Amino acid sequence: MAVLSFVEVSQGKIKKASVEAAYYGSKVAEGLGTDSVVVVLGAASADELATLGTVGVKKVLHAADARFNNFDSKAFTKAVSEAANVAGATVVVLSFNQNGKLLAPRLSVRLKAAYVPGAVELPEFNGASATVKKNVFSGKASASYQLNTEKKVIAVNPNSLSPVRGAGAAEVEAFAPTLADADFSSVVKGADLIVGEIPLSEAELVVSAGRGLKGPENWGPIEELAKVLGAATACSRAVSDVDWRPHHEHVGQTGLTVRPNLYIAVGISGAIQHLAGVNGSKVIVVVNTDPEAPFFKAADYGIVGDAAVVVPKLIEEFKKLKAAH
Amino acid sequence: MKILVPIAKVPDTTSKIAFTDNNTKFSPDGVTFIMNPTDEWYALVRAIELKEKQGGEVVVIHVGLADSEQIIRKALAIGADRAVRVDADPTDAYFVAAQIANHAKSENYDLIIAGKETIDYNSYEVGGMVAEMLDLPCVALVQKLEIENGVATITREIEGGTETVEIKLPLVICAQKELAEARIPNMKGIMGARTKPLEVVTADATEKLTVITGYHLPEKAKECKYVSPDNVGELVRLLHEEAKVV
Repeated sequence: MAVLSFVEVSQGKIKKASVEAAYYGSKVAEGLGTDSVVVVLGAASADELATLGTVGVKKVLHAADARFNNFDSKAFTKAVSEAANVAGATVVVLSFNQNGKLLAPRLSVRLKAAYVPGAVELPEFNGASATVKKNVFSGKASASYQLNTEKKVIAVNPNSLSPVRGAGAAEVEAFAPTLADADFSSVVKGADLIVGEIPLSEAELVVSAGRGLKGPENWGPIEELAKVLGAATACSRAVSDVDWRPHHEHVGQTGLTVRPNLYIAVGISGAIQHLAGVNGSKVIVVVNTDPEAPFFKAADYGIVGDAAVVVPKLIEEFKKLKAAH
Repeated sequence: MKILVPIAKVPDTTSKIAFTDNNTKFSPDGVTFIMNPTDEWYALVRAIELKEKQGGEVVVIHVGLADSEQIIRKALAIGADRAVRVDADPTDAYFVAAQIANHAKSENYDLIIAGKETIDYNSYEVGGMVAEMLDLPCVALVQKLEIENGVATITREIEGGTETVEIKLPLVICAQKELAEARIPNMKGIMGARTKPLEVVTADATEKLTVITGYHLPEKAKECKYVSPDNVGELVRLLHEEAKVV
């Protein structure tokens, strides 16, 4: 028996979301009194993989096969499910990130395993069944999912638990899943990465702004505030729809869902569709001229005031804080 | 080209969410149900656009009871050619995916376009499950999709940007924002939808992999702590010392 976690490496480094998945897997393994094993597909250095030992991973199954350097959901599903069999895993853990959102449901079918998409807590085991909590109705409620099958797949929401690092190095073992070239169906033609900015989906701090800013020319202070904090920038749907800001910055029900430690919303009224994309944030700060803006009801801290006045002051105060620490 | 679009019925975003039977069942009382937004706005509309350009047929499939007819007719009014309703109250995503896959096996679709997630369970499950059941390639979080000579060129979201891939048909796509512009059905579409075929089929028995044992509402609303705009430094202090997020 074992718990298997799927870990992704990007540009030589283990993705933050994958460290969380591996840590979650180790915690589940600890609870079950079994080993935490990880599978990595594609190029990665043995030194980098060994660091997974610090989050409780005992063994890494590494398939260095270059065909895995690009994500292909069908081939990856076959490989991870083979790793689950090799490791004798009863629980498979993934991050509920871009690739995990597709890989996990495929794995659940392939392994005939009950699946929880977007777990926010560790599972509770009761004999052979496990219960895991996840958010539903766009964060308006949560639900307990009971998994009754022998094998279980859990995709854990990014930023749900903070890995505690200890000492130790994971043992890295070569893994050669049996895949034919025909299993790989997609050919990658290129990637378009936003350089010099923090990816919104991975950001721990987010500064977001909306229609209250009155025009795209007023975003300078928002970008500066983000820079001072080391935060990513985001926006409301209204603003991306009129092209004041790029579409990839849109957070909300039909845009990106973010769960940062701090979400600062400036000039966003807080329509329910916007809240659905941000209500997993640990702390929400709202700056709005309208004291009746619904966003204040979802906020931890609020300032009723004009962005043009408040944001420059925030920049100064955060600069002072950074200088002092 | 023959395209299948699975559509789901979900509570409207603005609905008040409540539960009954000791918090084990979702209460539909007073809830307005709509077609899942990403299914309607992106998946269905892109399927119709591809058909308009290259010819073929767009079929919508829905797993649900007779009270779903309104959203099925809406999909037909927007431009789908025909509809299939699997007559069953869906139990979990695996059940829904199995019904869709069983239907697709007998119809030879070139493309299946699902939405990215339903706004009720936020699970991103059905598209990937259908693909695995049919042993097809699948790409999720798709923002662009072009088809030429049986090859799809797809742009999908990845961490911090996008990636473009080419895949031969048949395949499954999970659509998201930017794939298409939402369409509002016109009078001609609404009239035409009444006579388009809607086939009702019985469900296949499928295992139930997950059970929801209880729902939980947030314990209490957050209490917002207000800071004066003349004292922004106090907010920064609270974020540093109290919330400990900066």
